[in-house]
Amino acid sequence: MALLEIKDLTLRFGGLCAVNALSLEIEDGSIRSLIGPNGAGKTCVFNCLTGFYKPSEGEMLFQGTSLVNKKPHYITYLGLARTFQNLRLFKEMTVLENVMSGMHCRTNAAFLTTVLRTKGQKAEEKHIREVSEECLDFVGILDKKNYMARNLPYGDQRRVEWARALATQPKLLLLDEPAAGLNKDEKARLIKLMHRIRDERSITIFLIEHDMGLVMKISEKIFVIDYGVKIAEGTAQEVRDNPKVVEAYLGKEEEEESA
Amino acid sequence: MAETKIKRKVTDTIDSVIITLFRIFDNKVYRYTFLFAAAAFLIVLPNLSSRFTQEIMTNLFFYVVVCLGLNIIVGYAGLLHLGYAAFFAVGAYTTGILSSRMGMDFWLTIPFSVFAAVLAGLAIGFPTLRLRGDYLAIVTLGFGEITRLTIRNLDITGGAVGLIGIQRPVLFGITLNQISHFYYMFFILAILAIFVSYRLHDSRMGRSWEYIREDEDAAAAMGINVTTSRLYAFVIGSSFGAVAGSFFAAKMTAISPDSFMFIHSVMFLMAVVLGGMGKIPGVVLGCIIVVLIPEISRDIGQYRLLIFAVMLLIIMLYRPQGIWPDRPTISAKE
Repeated sequence: MALLEIKDLTLRFGGLCAVNALSLEIEDGSIRSLIGPNGAGKTCVFNCLTGFYKPSEGEMLFQGTSLVNKKPHYITYLGLARTFQNLRLFKEMTVLENVMSGMHCRTNAAFLTTVLRTKGQKAEEKHIREVSEECLDFVGILDKKNYMARNLPYGDQRRVEWARALATQPKLLLLDEPAAGLNKDEKARLIKLMHRIRDERSITIFLIEHDMGLVMKISEKIFVIDYGVKIAEGTAQEVRDNPKVVEAYLGKEEEEESA
Repeated sequence: MAETKIKRKVTDTIDSVIITLFRIFDNKVYRYTFLFAAAAFLIVLPNLSSRFTQEIMTNLFFYVVVCLGLNIIVGYAGLLHLGYAAFFAVGAYTTGILSSRMGMDFWLTIPFSVFAAVLAGLAIGFPTLRLRGDYLAIVTLGFGEITRLTIRNLDITGGAVGLIGIQRPVLFGITLNQISHFYYMFFILAILAIFVSYRLHDSRMGRSWEYIREDEDAAAAMGINVTTSRLYAFVIGSSFGAVAGSFFAAKMTAISPDSFMFIHSVMFLMAVVLGGMGKIPGVVLGCIIVVLIPEISRDIGQYRLLIFAVMLLIIMLYRPQGIWPDRPTISAKE
């Protein structure tokens, strides 16, 4: 059974149809990409999946559980973590504290245990710290754990975001343009990291990306959407040769000639 | 342009002076020596000072409790609350009614007072915590006024006259009726409030408030239930106010709606903002300023409020983040 199943997902803002009857399936343990020209509705799909937007129609099943009308925090709890297109770190907090936020939904100390600082609460705090440090180590910035998030260079801030998403212990990781703003070296490291996330942690990855080189290299299967409609799906080679995809990105050949 | 230059210079000077002072405080040895000395001084103070001084100090401790409660809501959770006096009133009146009308023992009224504050916190928080910023401020402002006016017009609360004959608490066979008794009582409460505030701050719950304050959507995406978390802050903060209110009622033995005016909410909020929202020593410092400055400058008569106002303006202009500095940070070298 597919890990994530989207059926006829439609999202309308007034008269504008941002996502139109989109259906796709993400298999467990795969790396899948969603691509499309600017404004095609990619981030909208992510926002629907993570509960930030309410889809107008359609069904989204995650391990058989519907995600429709669920709150974002509950969806994260179910095992669906995301990163943001433009970084959304907690800037005035340390790197470690940022990552510790991900453990929130996996722990449960409340008021009384906190005030009394019971054994359980202490153990839980230690556990949060250890898991977070492990996630930071995994992305390779454990040495910067006490830095303020805002003081890190951009590439490192990106890595904090991945560590934070990993700390939620997801089954499916949604990456919204993970390579945006990264240089060549960092992109190479990103590709390695994504493979490690999938292979070592057995987390399925679904990403939106504009960098075609990266998408073609990493994804086993690519979905292409344009104006909210899925126009193609398949391997990198199949998608590249699909005339519809070429048209969406470059325009129709006849038009170009006549112009 | 010259003006901004001067302003920047003044700001920098003030900043560097404050930060130097507080860096000394950052040193563990100095800090503990200072805290120990301060505690020792405060413990012996009632034996050395007049009733008047004790009264003012008791008021200061009372402010510390209330403001630390408000700090959980405003400082930790970032919810602007303009009607905090209402929760303080809920506590005071719960104790007042149970004690003066039903003859209940003071200590037994405290759980009821906390319970009432929790209910009030849920009632006002549940429908309104989805609102952001200014809107929430308006709702809480309205709630504060509604509570006061309700108290003023109900029979059980004694209307505009208020309640009299609230019983004195009895502890180990001693009836607490001296100002020095209440001095120590509020001193202990203040220390408890500081203790609880610290524990909450360095915890999963405290961090969740900070995440939400920094970025609500990112916090939700990290699996934090924003509404529940805020509700917790609201209810816990309100309980602080209610407990302080109960003790306030016991100390005064009589309460009236005039003790819970909008101006009180503003004074509490001012202490929190002045010292530095979310920073415990800052809030204590803010309380010291708000309570002590008007008393110390009593000699200059009518002008004292003017001087107080000018001082506040200067602080807010040059240190909008509050007097207490933010925690030191390690910054990237690149």
